[in-house]
Amino acid sequence: MSETNYLTTDYTLRSWFLTTDHKRIAILYFASLIFFFFIGGAAATAMRIELATPQADLVSSDAYNRLFTMHGIIMVWFFLIPSIPNTLGNFIVPLMIGARDLAFPRLNLMSWYIFMLGGSTTLFAIFAGGIDTGWTFYTPFSTLYSNSYVIVAAAGVFIAGFSSILTGLNFIVTIHRLRAPGLTWYRLPLFLWSLYATSVILVLATPVLAITLLLMATERFFGVGIFDPRIGGDPLLFQHLFWFYSHPAVYIMILPGMGVINELVSCFSRKQVFGYKFVAWCSLAIAAVGFLVWGHHMFVSGQSLVASLVFSFMSFIVAVPSAIKVFNWTATLHKGSIHFDAPMLYALAFIGLFTIGGLTGLFLACLAFDVHATDTYFVVAHFHYIMVGGMVTAYFGGLHYWWPKITGRLYSEYWARTAAVLIFFGFNLTFFPQFILGAEGMPRRYHVYPPEFQVWNVLSSGGAAILAVAYLMPLFYLGYSAFFGKRAPANPWDAPGLEWQTSSPPPEFNFTTQPLVTRAPYQYNEAFEAKPQNA
Amino acid sequence: MWRQWIPFWQPGLSPHSGDVDLLFAGLLIASALVLALLFFLVALFCARYRAGNPADRSHRVKKSWHWEVSWTSASFVCFLGLFVWGASVYFQIYRTPADEHDIFVVAKQWMWKTQHPGGQSEIDALHIPVGRPVRLVMASQDVIHSFFIPALRLKHDVVPGRYQALEIEVDKPGHYHLFCAEYCGTDHSRMIGEIVAMEPADFSRWLTEQAPSSPLASEGGQLFRELGCSGCHGGRGAIRAPPLDGLYGKPVPLSDGSTVIADDRYIRDSILMPRSQVVASYEPLMPSFEGKVSEEQLLRLVAYIKSLAGHSS
Repeated sequence: MSETNYLTTDYTLRSWFLTTDHKRIAILYFASLIFFFFIGGAAATAMRIELATPQADLVSSDAYNRLFTMHGIIMVWFFLIPSIPNTLGNFIVPLMIGARDLAFPRLNLMSWYIFMLGGSTTLFAIFAGGIDTGWTFYTPFSTLYSNSYVIVAAAGVFIAGFSSILTGLNFIVTIHRLRAPGLTWYRLPLFLWSLYATSVILVLATPVLAITLLLMATERFFGVGIFDPRIGGDPLLFQHLFWFYSHPAVYIMILPGMGVINELVSCFSRKQVFGYKFVAWCSLAIAAVGFLVWGHHMFVSGQSLVASLVFSFMSFIVAVPSAIKVFNWTATLHKGSIHFDAPMLYALAFIGLFTIGGLTGLFLACLAFDVHATDTYFVVAHFHYIMVGGMVTAYFGGLHYWWPKITGRLYSEYWARTAAVLIFFGFNLTFFPQFILGAEGMPRRYHVYPPEFQVWNVLSSGGAAILAVAYLMPLFYLGYSAFFGKRAPANPWDAPGLEWQTSSPPPEFNFTTQPLVTRAPYQYNEAFEAKPQNA
Repeated sequence: MWRQWIPFWQPGLSPHSGDVDLLFAGLLIASALVLALLFFLVALFCARYRAGNPADRSHRVKKSWHWEVSWTSASFVCFLGLFVWGASVYFQIYRTPADEHDIFVVAKQWMWKTQHPGGQSEIDALHIPVGRPVRLVMASQDVIHSFFIPALRLKHDVVPGRYQALEIEVDKPGHYHLFCAEYCGTDHSRMIGEIVAMEPADFSRWLTEQAPSSPLASEGGQLFRELGCSGCHGGRGAIRAPPLDGLYGKPVPLSDGSTVIADDRYIRDSILMPRSQVVASYEPLMPSFEGKVSEEQLLRLVAYIKSLAGHSS
């Protein structure tokens, strides 16, 4: 490769750690997130080994409680929330809209440093002694009863929140101000619509989390009665505040995944996304209605029955736009010309797993069934179908799809497909038995459990072993391809998106000439036959 | 019976759990239909329109509002039906319990203490008669716990600082799990107990076989004197305090013009936060007993005040 690209402009450490290039910052995030993903994954592995038998045999109860807390905190705040927005989003957004960079490149770098500061603080709490409150920090346990590093961990989450807010702000301004000439809102790829919706939630919801954590610290440090009833507080107030952030945060985690799926389904069906405008507005509808459903985490908490009624109703309403998206993806396949490259396998897996996750979400929105199923493994299975089956699958799909653009290399299609299939089976074997466990009444966060639950736990642990191997595989074949893979052409998928109109990897300022957009997105050439990935 | 046909599912054992099971079956069937349709279509399209397969791709479905509007409204109508169904059963499960046979439940790290009106107390166990509703009045001494009986499809958080009333009823004698479902610290997973449902005759025998103890109300009466409550509420002291005879279950006019029903929660709150709801025409003189009485003492005081109105417990 004769011309320089963003990877070859400079090789110094300084050029990486002080870069303002959105592509390099995306790589910084990418490396950090891999690290956090495997830390969180290691905690999950230890838990699944422990749960293979009903008794305590690997770790003590205190250690187990620290493991699931660490798994939750790391995976939610240091992997899922930043996953697609900060890696793929950071890399692809400016390329997709034909810009040189994000609107605030230095702010972008700063948000990575803030993220790492938050992450290190939380890691310090974990390795100094751990946190045993669960990722939800429920009061008064977290404020007055827990003898662990609650405040340090909460401080880490609090700090990382500012990174989220800055990233959200950066995306919103970028999408508003830096679109290439001719790139109207309805010509934007749907990935951008969903990232836009995500950014709105990041900016509006994250401050509430910050406030909640500050109140919690105030009570823990100064004994001011906010959440503890013995000193005049209300424990349910914490839950209202916490879920007012954390339910929208669920949509922060899934909306970018949905956005990626639009790109993949359209590209590998060689067809426009069916119902473009509906899908676009559904993202915003989810973001808006998502703010009004938080009370569905509290149906058995003793909140008023009328409140439960309203929150149940809103939870059914918020499911409608998600259902619309699934129908539109299916309709996109109709009369397409479908290719089963690795990214498409992930996309199809996403549709199946997300639908199961979404449907079981309706079970939980349904008041009387939730009384039985809440705080059981049914909930654990449900949100892992959305978060892992949905978001992580979409992340892997997007990663494979844009890999040639990011690294300028082609990965082994054979290994990529094998990993995709293995992840799908490993995932289902891990989490489907948990629906049955939950329906039978096994509560979550149980270190030891009655012996009649063992069969399903053994299946789940077996699945987790497969899943762990499957998640390690991309580390090897993608890692290998980044250095030794075949050179990728500029547009291996013959796709019309702007990000494919520049070289792979892109030059430092993305485009040599300012791109001009004259048509709607997803105008695919049906005759795509090339299989460049069989390297 | 249809309930046996749900795979890996033990049928519930109370009138309400039958309704929940039916709802579960309905949800399962609805989801299975949606999934079957979706997977069929995805598989069909993937097979038929795979690249290179010479299927007819002309006359593509035009994007139109018809499709979007029809599947949007179809989803909405289905969801609305499920919402109404789930909500109606929920209201039955959590309906304000009748004042039947009160049992106090105190949750603390990490045990369930249950207390029968006759004074019999149990730890991590609860004996109840079958075939009649039992009202539980639950309180937590420390953090949030959750009282969960899977066989009854019933769960309620036990939040510190307030009473939660819950009605349970079991149809069949047997031993059933009682779990703590809200994470509460180190031994959360060992905070489990047993519900022992017995025939009413066996239950009465069990009650009499327990170690002799005085009824809760009389212990409460003793506390009432020890803590000095009787000095003002006894009617003979210099300070005028509202009389408590016959109070329980009656409406109480408050100084701010509103009215409350004197139930367990009101009595508990009045002991701990006497100045928050002052009875009309009385001065707010009573000191708070917050931190001076434990949950277990509180429930005895409540039982005593109830007995003054002629209630059983």
